[in-house]
Amino acid sequence: MSWRHKHLLDIESLSADEIVTVLDTARAFKAVGTRAIKKVPALRGKTVVNLFVEPSTRTRISFELAEQRLSADIINFSAESSSFKKGETLKDTARNLEALNADMIVMRHSASGAPHFLARFLHASVINAGDGAHEHPTQALLDTFTVREKKGKVAGLNVTILGDILYSRVARSNIWALTKLGANVTLCGPSTLVPKVFEQMGCRVTYDVEEAIRDADIINLLRIQHERQRKTMFPSLSEYTSFFGLTKARLAKTKPDALIMHPGPINRGVEIDSEIADCARSVILDQVTNGLAVRMAVLFLLNGGKGPQEIAI
Amino acid sequence: MNAGAMQRALTRMAHEIVEANESGNDVVLIGIQRGGVSVAQRLAKIVSDIWKNPLPTGTLDVGMHRDDLAAHAAPPMHPTVIPFDVADKTVILIDDVLFSGRTTRAALDALNDFGRPKKIQLAVLVDRGHRELPIKADFVGKNVPTALTEKVNVRFKEDDQVDEVVIEKP
Repeated sequence: MSWRHKHLLDIESLSADEIVTVLDTARAFKAVGTRAIKKVPALRGKTVVNLFVEPSTRTRISFELAEQRLSADIINFSAESSSFKKGETLKDTARNLEALNADMIVMRHSASGAPHFLARFLHASVINAGDGAHEHPTQALLDTFTVREKKGKVAGLNVTILGDILYSRVARSNIWALTKLGANVTLCGPSTLVPKVFEQMGCRVTYDVEEAIRDADIINLLRIQHERQRKTMFPSLSEYTSFFGLTKARLAKTKPDALIMHPGPINRGVEIDSEIADCARSVILDQVTNGLAVRMAVLFLLNGGKGPQEIAI
Repeated sequence: MNAGAMQRALTRMAHEIVEANESGNDVVLIGIQRGGVSVAQRLAKIVSDIWKNPLPTGTLDVGMHRDDLAAHAAPPMHPTVIPFDVADKTVILIDDVLFSGRTTRAALDALNDFGRPKKIQLAVLVDRGHRELPIKADFVGKNVPTALTEKVNVRFKEDDQVDEVVIEKP
């Protein structure tokens, strides 16, 4: 048991022990979701702000429900209907939210490092719910939780992340979490979206999709992040599908117990065949269920500890 | 308290539980994580032998219901497993040490989310005093007067290779 952080900004700065603490805590919170009364009073009287400057549906809903199940009071703040439109800076917005005595701020922003910026001057705990192409820590934690739940371990497993790696915060956070826990990570996709520089993070890069998934225990598919790409990174979506899409023919050449993961939203017929998304080896909806438990665990851990063991960031 | 004294205390508690409750399907034991779980298992075995009827036993983690969460680092979580319906049952909550009473209060709250028992009784191996809440145990293994600064350690063979209760001076 070790947790000494005030904020959850990224996976990079967590130790393997701390990641395991979140996963163990999440297991207890997953059990809460199976009860008749799915609510506990752990965050009673605390105020949590969901500051979603970049649009999000599933992450925001997951955080909101996690907060409600912990009995927190919630303020939702989205870019479309807020003072950002009136020219207020992020810093001023955050200061205003803190003036309402917010205890935690869950933040999504299109700029990498935005939550780190807030954490430097806010007294409230900051949780990164995705910052640009940098990190999406709770997604990596729920992915790792799902891997551990389904396979019983993480160390020694072959995990292939397939798709748009360059623009993916999910990929970066997953690479950190998986390598810290001892998994062998392989990245694959169009060379424009999977630069060799990722090898410096301790993973293998290949452009041969069949070789990449042949020995995989886990195949994690990522969506093409059109909204972040500044220029065309590959000729067409149909060409992407024919070279890198997970088709039935390709799936047939993988290990029979290899699991299919996807952080969503899935684009059926692009990165994944529609039938594969719904097959027994797909754990995509387990990821959604586990996301709720992992986010409850993160909120619970950050709420604890105003004692001397606490360290800043 | 050595292993023999612990066993005698548990046997007496089990007989008191049998005396206070009718045999049948209406009594269940729930051990509070962590120390209460081993006590519950020991008591369940003795009571089951007397009644010749296995006693349903569960475990309860009260970490999410504590009233001091903001004051300490988040507590580690242990499994809550209650494989039966508590509604209309007599639930005997079990802990190793009764101290301030705050764990018991958290357990009463946590249990509430699983249904409405007919009755809740409290059994503890050691009552060390210093209550901060109006809570009293129905079954007590041993009353041990302690100073606030002392620590009561209950060890079980399952986890610590030895059955004993020791008081550590600061």
